[in-house]
Amino acid sequence: MTPALLDSLPYARFLNLRTQANGDEVTVVMPFTDKLIGNPMLPALHGGSTAALLEMTAMAQVSLTYPRLRLPRPINVTVAYLRSGRPVDVYARARINKAGRRVAHVVAEAWQDARHEPIASLTAHFLLDPETAGT
Amino acid sequence: MTDSFLDTLLPQLASGAAHTHALGFAFSGLDGDRVRIRVPYREDLVGDPETGVLAGGLVTTLLDHVGGLAVWVGLGAFRPVATLDLRVDYMRAAAPGRDLLAEARCYRLTRNLAFVRAWAFEDDPTDPVAAAQSAYMVSAEGEHRTGANLKPKTAA
Repeated sequence: MTPALLDSLPYARFLNLRTQANGDEVTVVMPFTDKLIGNPMLPALHGGSTAALLEMTAMAQVSLTYPRLRLPRPINVTVAYLRSGRPVDVYARARINKAGRRVAHVVAEAWQDARHEPIASLTAHFLLDPETAGT
Repeated sequence: MTDSFLDTLLPQLASGAAHTHALGFAFSGLDGDRVRIRVPYREDLVGDPETGVLAGGLVTTLLDHVGGLAVWVGLGAFRPVATLDLRVDYMRAAAPGRDLLAEARCYRLTRNLAFVRAWAFEDDPTDPVAAAQSAYMVSAEGEHRTGANLKPKTAA
């Protein structure tokens, strides 16, 4: 799967996600635009946009590490919101904890200015394409 | 609960922010403590172009947002709330070409926290696309309110 993987996904394009792969590690950037604002009074990003960024980052990392014909499908995701998202760019990276023949367990974090101060954390299971799994 | 909150503010809270407006979220009614919003199907909200199925991240956003509405229904008023955490189980793919509805209920409210369950479906809540269980921080007065980390720090 190419580093530009997310570019082919409509919702990733809607969020204007930019995917970079350095070696075997994917970093996804969600550039700030006004349409990401969920709380106009603070203002703060909508938590859903951050969750979507984390989920797609995890998906891109799984696709890069375990290439399959079909995209990995999320089984479930848990998102913890650690800090309010400010109206600036968001970065995300994912780490695959365990991948079996059918299921991958992935964690991901999103941050803004400082990597060690994440704004949200994701834990997720993905179903790998069963038809081509198990090389 | 005042009529103006139900009739005017709640629909605004469903779709009034820039993100929910861009996604096309629309208030879809209140039945007791169950509140609903709808997101019309759109090609640019699709996750996998090979299937035409709406993106998981969109479903998560929908469930997060309808959960917030359920908290405000539970409170009977608008107060700032922030999602603490959210777990979503994706039970099946959403039907391509069809709008998604989401329904949420706040089943426990304390001074600081609201506990919510929510479901997303095309037309039958007993056949959900996804289900969520989430907790929200409810704003308290004082220094440690929602978004406190966004405020300029005062000099010590």
